[in-house]
Amino acid sequence: MKKVMVGNHAVSWGARLARVEVISAYPITPQTQVVEELSEMCADGRLAARFIKVESEHSAMAACIGASAAGARAFTATSSQGLALMHEMLHWATGGRHPVVLANINRALGPGWNIWTDQTDSLSQRDTGWVQLYCETNQEVLDTTVMAFRLAETVDLPVMIVLDAFYLSHTAEPVDIPDQEVVDVFLPTREAHRKLDVNDPHAFGALVRPDSYMEMRWQQQEAMDRTHDVFEAVEREWQRLTGRRYGAIESYRARDADLLLVTSGTITSTARSVIDRRRERGDAVGLVKVKMFRPFPTAALRAALSGVSRVAVLDRNVSVGHAGIFAEELRSALYDLPPDDRPRVQGFVLGLGGRDVTPAVIDRIIDAVREDRPIEREDLWVGVNP
Amino acid sequence: MRELRFHGRGGQGTVVASKVLADALFREGREVQSFPAFGVERRGAPVTAFLRVDDQPIRLRCEITEPDDLIVLDSTLVDAVDVTAGLRPGGWVLINSHRPPEDYTALTDRYRVATVDASRIATRHGLGSKTQPIVNTAILGACAALGGIVRLESVCDAIRDSVPLHQEENVAAAREAAAAVRLAPQAEVLHA
Repeated sequence: MKKVMVGNHAVSWGARLARVEVISAYPITPQTQVVEELSEMCADGRLAARFIKVESEHSAMAACIGASAAGARAFTATSSQGLALMHEMLHWATGGRHPVVLANINRALGPGWNIWTDQTDSLSQRDTGWVQLYCETNQEVLDTTVMAFRLAETVDLPVMIVLDAFYLSHTAEPVDIPDQEVVDVFLPTREAHRKLDVNDPHAFGALVRPDSYMEMRWQQQEAMDRTHDVFEAVEREWQRLTGRRYGAIESYRARDADLLLVTSGTITSTARSVIDRRRERGDAVGLVKVKMFRPFPTAALRAALSGVSRVAVLDRNVSVGHAGIFAEELRSALYDLPPDDRPRVQGFVLGLGGRDVTPAVIDRIIDAVREDRPIEREDLWVGVNP
Repeated sequence: MRELRFHGRGGQGTVVASKVLADALFREGREVQSFPAFGVERRGAPVTAFLRVDDQPIRLRCEITEPDDLIVLDSTLVDAVDVTAGLRPGGWVLINSHRPPEDYTALTDRYRVATVDASRIATRHGLGSKTQPIVNTAILGACAALGGIVRLESVCDAIRDSVPLHQEENVAAAREAAAAVRLAPQAEVLHA
């Protein structure tokens, strides 16, 4: 069934189809609609889940961790300051290997107080050990929400679904809602690999001494390493059932291109239309969309970008004092390529705090990269008034 | 691709109008994208919403600055804000107003102007309060009468499906507005 819906409700529908058992959340713009819709689904019986109201995002994640430890399928959603407040508990979810799923609606961190889109909130949680999956369309949001549970519960890692404030969260467009029976085949009830069970007692969150802490971290790293293959398998099965898959990365009109944009989120969509227009007049440009940020798809990106002469990374985020975060990560991934195959990588910081990224902005970036001027700064700030 | 911009005041149902029109066009097999101006809404303050419609999947994910057509839910906005900013010449300007379209002389030379007294129609059908009628469904009915944008039956179906209360009153308001819309003489010429 196709329905015109906003991105926030695509998250709610994904969680509903996944038959989440526990939802705990605290409202924050622009996320609030996600849990508002879920609370209505719980109230009118469309979703048999326990909705736990809490006094903060820190508590929301704590409640999800508790539920997940007890073997339940747990979900929350947040944005910006709310995600920042969860920070301590985000580490707790990964260290405890609790497959919680969280939807983060990208919103700029304050001050300056701002409710608009900016990826710095989710990217600031880079080292918490969460899988991070960025979305481009509301369809991708719904599909990724369902797939996130399957992925999380296979590798015992928490998964963060990330979508742009307003450009997805509050934008309504057609979304195909898969049948519940299809999702039930894809995602049966969770069978926890370990859980709080009085008949089979284990210690959770106990003191771990130097002789074994590193091994626990190594196990997390191994789980992240496995996530590449597991994600591919999960997507293949989703494609078999629904006809849709996205890839950890996606190359778009990249063949024979001498310049590739690297994008994530909704900027990808606008960039596709720019590329189509330039291709019509013989300009060999393409793009690589990065959906999976953690684990970082290093091997796939090396394969996709090796031998391309110029790469422009569009970052709607910034690590102040360094550069755009996707650009940083990409440079590090490409550094080991043979020098002849290694592209020139120019990073562009743009669209912070919801500033609009139009086709004209992307056109200017492509023109600038084509000029092959020496790269003086790793972070060229687009359209900023110093 | 056609791009529309809605102007209204918080409480009139402006964002919902954009969403219901998107639903109606989706029923006609079109691709749609509907979104509010990204900000914080307050009752009574100017509100903007947008709609893209195309036969292809819509990939532009940026704001609309040069709309093809305007739908104005509150006539006081015509003087209060620069409603026609970026509007493409020859586009429709549909205004909720009891005045005839010819009165909007500043608009009629560049745009196709149409008016409908959506506030009176909404009030008669008991939508909202007398002082704050909810005019979104009436104005969408009028929109269907302009020709070339959407069919009235699709609007009525979309209203039945997406309006939470008083569906039939809203449908009746849309139908009445479709019959009551007035086009500036020049609008017909431009349209031909």
